Amino acid sequence: MLSKFLLLIGITLMYSTPLVFGALGGVISERSGVVNIGIEGMMTMGAFTAAAVSYYTGNPWIGLLAAGGAGVAIALLHAIASVTFKADQNVSGIAINLIGPGFALFFCRLLFKNATTTPPVQTLPKLFGNNAFNGTPVENLNVDITVILGLIVTAIMWFYLYKTKWGLRIRSVGEHPAAADTLGINVSRTRFLCVLASGMLAGFGGASMTLAIISQFNPTAISGQGFIALAAVIFGKWTPFGAYGACLLFGLAQALTVVLGGSDSGINVPSQILAMLPYVLTIIVLILFVGRSVAPKEDGIPYEKGVR
Amino acid sequence: MEVSKEYAVQMHGITKLFGTFRALDNVNLDVKKGSIHAILGENGAGKSTLMNVLYGLYQADAGEIYLNGEKVVIKNPNVAIEHGIGMVHQHFMLVDNFTVTQNIILGTEVTSRFGVLDMKKAREEILNIVKKYGLEVDPDAKIEDISVGMQQRVEILKALYRGAEILILDEPTAVLTPQEIEELISIMHSLIEDGKTIIIITHKLKEIKASSDVCTIIRRGQYIDTVPVADVDEEELATKMVGHAVKLVVDKTPAKPGDVVFEIDHLTVKDDRGLEAVKDLSLKVRKGEIVGIAGVDGNGQKELVEAITCLTRSESGTIKINGTEIQNTTPRNVIEHKVSTIHEDRQRRGLVLPFTVAENMVIEKYRTPEFKRHGMQNREKAQEYTKKLIQDYDIRPAGCENQPVRGLSGGNQQKVIIAREVSNDPDLLIAVQPTRGLDVGAIEYVHKTLVRERDAGKAILLISLELDEVMNVSDTIDVIYDGTIVAEYKQGEVDENTIGLLMAGGKQNENAVQNT
Repeated sequence: MLSKFLLLIGITLMYSTPLVFGALGGVISERSGVVNIGIEGMMTMGAFTAAAVSYYTGNPWIGLLAAGGAGVAIALLHAIASVTFKADQNVSGIAINLIGPGFALFFCRLLFKNATTTPPVQTLPKLFGNNAFNGTPVENLNVDITVILGLIVTAIMWFYLYKTKWGLRIRSVGEHPAAADTLGINVSRTRFLCVLASGMLAGFGGASMTLAIISQFNPTAISGQGFIALAAVIFGKWTPFGAYGACLLFGLAQALTVVLGGSDSGINVPSQILAMLPYVLTIIVLILFVGRSVAPKEDGIPYEKGVR
Repeated sequence: MEVSKEYAVQMHGITKLFGTFRALDNVNLDVKKGSIHAILGENGAGKSTLMNVLYGLYQADAGEIYLNGEKVVIKNPNVAIEHGIGMVHQHFMLVDNFTVTQNIILGTEVTSRFGVLDMKKAREEILNIVKKYGLEVDPDAKIEDISVGMQQRVEILKALYRGAEILILDEPTAVLTPQEIEELISIMHSLIEDGKTIIIITHKLKEIKASSDVCTIIRRGQYIDTVPVADVDEEELATKMVGHAVKLVVDKTPAKPGDVVFEIDHLTVKDDRGLEAVKDLSLKVRKGEIVGIAGVDGNGQKELVEAITCLTRSESGTIKINGTEIQNTTPRNVIEHKVSTIHEDRQRRGLVLPFTVAENMVIEKYRTPEFKRHGMQNREKAQEYTKKLIQDYDIRPAGCENQPVRGLSGGNQQKVIIAREVSNDPDLLIAVQPTRGLDVGAIEYVHKTLVRERDAGKAILLISLELDEVMNVSDTIDVIYDGTIVAEYKQGEVDENTIGLLMAGGKQNENAVQNT
């Protein structure tokens, strides 16, 4: 029983980590006033890049960094479209969601003999080394290193947003860009950089899926994780720790799918029903919380100088 | 005028183009150090544009700026701030869910190492300025929780915190109660005593007389004159501002009220957050009478109007027009019961901006047989009808019936709404902020129309944040505070101070009145 419980915790943490990075990406972007529904596409790009680079270099850490870089590269499109040219942020985000998986699959076929999946790749290490505590129930808590990284990045973002001058500026740009502008804060630059940071984090999110959980890239590696991360942003009221907590809840839903789905669980629920759980939960959370939690005031609205 | 060290600000030959439109054409401004200098002009005259040039938000196409006798180029607000210029915008530039302190330090934060905010030190620095100039404000309060007057002080603090020596106040009194205006003027004087220079943009003549030393008048982007305020009276200032003589007082005969047409009884309405915004409110409007509701913004006026027009639900109470209850029905039903409304926000509620003038004109009537043919719209009829109204109400440009209403000036957009609503021949006409953003000439026109409709036997409910407007136009003055009517007076039986105090939540008793 203890073993089972620890397994549930372990899997919850494991599955929540890609969501955490994705959600943090959403938080930083939306706090600066740019809606980023392209998280899904950015995560897919990150997931593929991480796997491919790890495969060719044999070093998953380089894969992780490359995934961040790929996220930034694709976020650049979103930043240029929605900040520089003030295009509709949702349209630009949808474009990213179409481009991300398209690119990933295209390069996957190009590099891996027309296959839609990469070969298994070198993964990131576990927290206490890959074989620590083997055979004991505590084994389940020897989580991927990305789990800890996710928690650390959450804490850093919280500190950055609430305790530093740059955080204060980012939040002011999301709430009242005209006010920030009159005080000499460069609204466009702030938003541009936040979107890039968002892409980097989403890229890490994708990487923590392929480099820690499924150890290869396949077309369904991300499949909706980016959208669940966006739901977590809303549920978490646009705060780093709020989003983190929301991701744990969604992670738990996925973990239940795995734990209850096992043949020895004694509960006979069709796996298809269980697999719906995270998505159903997302819809329920959105129904209950959209509109009730307060977004940054100018979230999603391009800033035009001199228009009140 | 010569460039001299005696002047804190000198702007010479400033021209600013927006496309081909000359917002400013060779305008001069010379502001003596340590004085309060007013800039007077109608809406769209170019006052704010001139100040935005000084603050670096716009770049002038021609002209020079001198500060303390030295030529400067102000490329952006940062440069202006470095030169000691501070600006308090008409629409406050405050982040609602930040604290006072956070708003003040934003952009020039006090930090320890690595950009970490030092809120304790910032708070102390702010409290020092607060004490020096008597700008009472709680540094830890959130902006959304403090009054408008308080928010304005935060704006002034923002400028002072950045070491401003020259303060620009853009329409500072537009949102204040009379008491708050007095406090503001006394703060301005304490700043002058400390050697600061203040430029105040306004179109309110009374406040110029009360506060300023010198006044520069601008009309349609042109420099008109600079006069010592002590030497001129309000009428002269108004004439210079508008370009022709204007009547500042509304001309009307005493009302001859008839039967009660409109009656609200114990009405309670909740706002979007579920809080009671209108509380147990009752009022009556008679035929041939203008009832004005005075009050500070946010005391339930918006919800009251929405409840009457059925744009929101009434929790309890009744709203009756000619004896029929209309609460919690539909906006169409309200219109059909001969209630017409001039809504506060003409661009959001009053008009469909991309539609033509004719389409907007028939938007409440298109389904009546008069404007239909074989179940389709009768466009010719609508245009014919609109042409007549354009003529009757002098809507400009003439022949604009097929132009999108978006292209009309604010005053003419308002005329479209007034023409449409008045031509409904309503029993009750509700006018909410009917002169918001209009210039003196257009205001005069709107007031005349309201009085004319009253004399034609209509019941009129006027809701305005401009106390002068309510005092001048209404026959009966109601004061709304915290969602309920706290006092009612006949015109002429009450002075502005009493109303102002009630608007701010002062109790209606002998002591309170004497204290003002």
